[in-house]
Amino acid sequence: MSPQPDDSNEPLVKIRGLRFYRGERAIFDGVDIDIPRGLITAIMGPSGTGKTTLLKLIGGQLRPDAGTVHVDGQDVHKLNNKDLYRLRMRMGMLFQSGALLTDISVFENVAYPLREHTRLPESIIRKLVLMKLEAVGLRGARDLMPSELSGGMARRAALARAIVLDPKMIMYDEPFTGQDPISMGVLVQLIPRLSKASRLTSIVVSHDVAETAGIADIIYVISNGKVIAGGPSEQVANSDSPWVRQFMDGLADGPVPFHFPAPPLEADILENATQPPADAGATL
Amino acid sequence: MEPLARLGRIGIASLERLGRGHLLLLHIFSGITDLITRPRLLVAQLHSVGVLSMLIITVSGLFVGMVLGLQGFYILSQFGAEETLGVMVAASLVRELGPVVTALLFAGRAGSALTAEIGLMKATEQLSGLEMMAVDPIKRILTPRFMAGLLSMPLLAAMFSAIGVIGGHFVGVGLLGVDEGAYWSQMQAKIDLHEDIYNGVIKSIVFGFVCTWIALFQGHDCVPTSEGVSRATTRTVVHSALAILCLDFVLTALMFGE
Repeated sequence: MSPQPDDSNEPLVKIRGLRFYRGERAIFDGVDIDIPRGLITAIMGPSGTGKTTLLKLIGGQLRPDAGTVHVDGQDVHKLNNKDLYRLRMRMGMLFQSGALLTDISVFENVAYPLREHTRLPESIIRKLVLMKLEAVGLRGARDLMPSELSGGMARRAALARAIVLDPKMIMYDEPFTGQDPISMGVLVQLIPRLSKASRLTSIVVSHDVAETAGIADIIYVISNGKVIAGGPSEQVANSDSPWVRQFMDGLADGPVPFHFPAPPLEADILENATQPPADAGATL
Repeated sequence: MEPLARLGRIGIASLERLGRGHLLLLHIFSGITDLITRPRLLVAQLHSVGVLSMLIITVSGLFVGMVLGLQGFYILSQFGAEETLGVMVAASLVRELGPVVTALLFAGRAGSALTAEIGLMKATEQLSGLEMMAVDPIKRILTPRFMAGLLSMPLLAAMFSAIGVIGGHFVGVGLLGVDEGAYWSQMQAKIDLHEDIYNGVIKSIVFGFVCTWIALFQGHDCVPTSEGVSRATTRTVVHSALAILCLDFVLTALMFGE
């Protein structure tokens, strides 16, 4: 059974002609992406392709050099601060590091958005926080400090915090990186469960092919600043494109070369043999 | 041409940083109204910035006062004027050493801690995390710290001067035999509320403003790596010390110059 999107057919996030440069280097060079409502969309690509940058562009933390990002019909980069913050209340983001506030407990971290944005009585806040912590399996860890959590637990606590305001959309930044198999299994199970239970639109940015392809409804593959494949996950997983095959099959060489651009090896070695560098002999 | 171009680049980069620093300051000011509704944030920072700096300030104040008592006694006794020791100790402390040494100690103890804290919050994406939770990290994190620094500094400087006067008394009166009545009465007669005390307080407010601003800006503007945080912390101490000493000259010239 293929998953059905939300009532509106309009994508929740619509990216058109996105260009973003870091100095001279183009991170995105004309990227078009649609994130449909209520589904899990994976943005995949090798390290350094700007996947996290894309999330920051969607969240309005960075400004593009050209192009537009619309979230729920609003142009993110034309909003004033107040409207942008209002929009962010409908977005959750799970950072790679968890980004928990280190000076307060897990419970207070999860309660933080509620205390900031609502005037709910303490008893309701407590119930809501415990429900969200229960959903990620950390109700018993509510009194621990973030420094006492393992990497996987910190990410789950951050996930509880990201969903505590019941957002429309959640962005996961490399959720599987650096996780042991058990934590990874927990997250692989949690993301679709939360997505389906709350009809949450999820954007998963990752380079962990097997885990991400397993839970995604839609996959976009980005390389060299462009979208090289995009569509339903089965279609992308079975694509014949050499770019996609290299990435999905983890081939060392292919359209993305193994070697970083460099002059020929012989020239480099001979040059070094005849001309020692000026700082030769200098050590750390 | 290359050295000239490099000089130009350094100049532009410095101006850019200065501009970013001022924009950050405006942003910090815009959070003051929010702080009124959340006084607990300020109280927590007053504790970590002010109360936790008290030990180093009081111990330093005591020793500086004792040294002033010793040095003052040996110089003044050459002119038979050792009874004015109280004035000398108090004037030195209230006008100069209180605000300046407190600010230097504050930059080393609280300023570096603020930079490291904000820098690490940036490196561990806590500031970004707050932004994505629709919470303005500058208003919520930086403004309370700024106000705490601004309020703590004059109080710490006053404490430094008061303890210093006691230190001077201990050495001058207790150990070297200066007349106790003369020590206090000369001080009472010669130290002027406006000329000495108010000017000292103004200095310490200015130093508190500048030190906390530098510390917060360096933390917020640092490269979010361990090396970046370490460099920013060093810059906080160096820039604060230079700013304090330069501003002290300017303020002294304005306050006491003819």
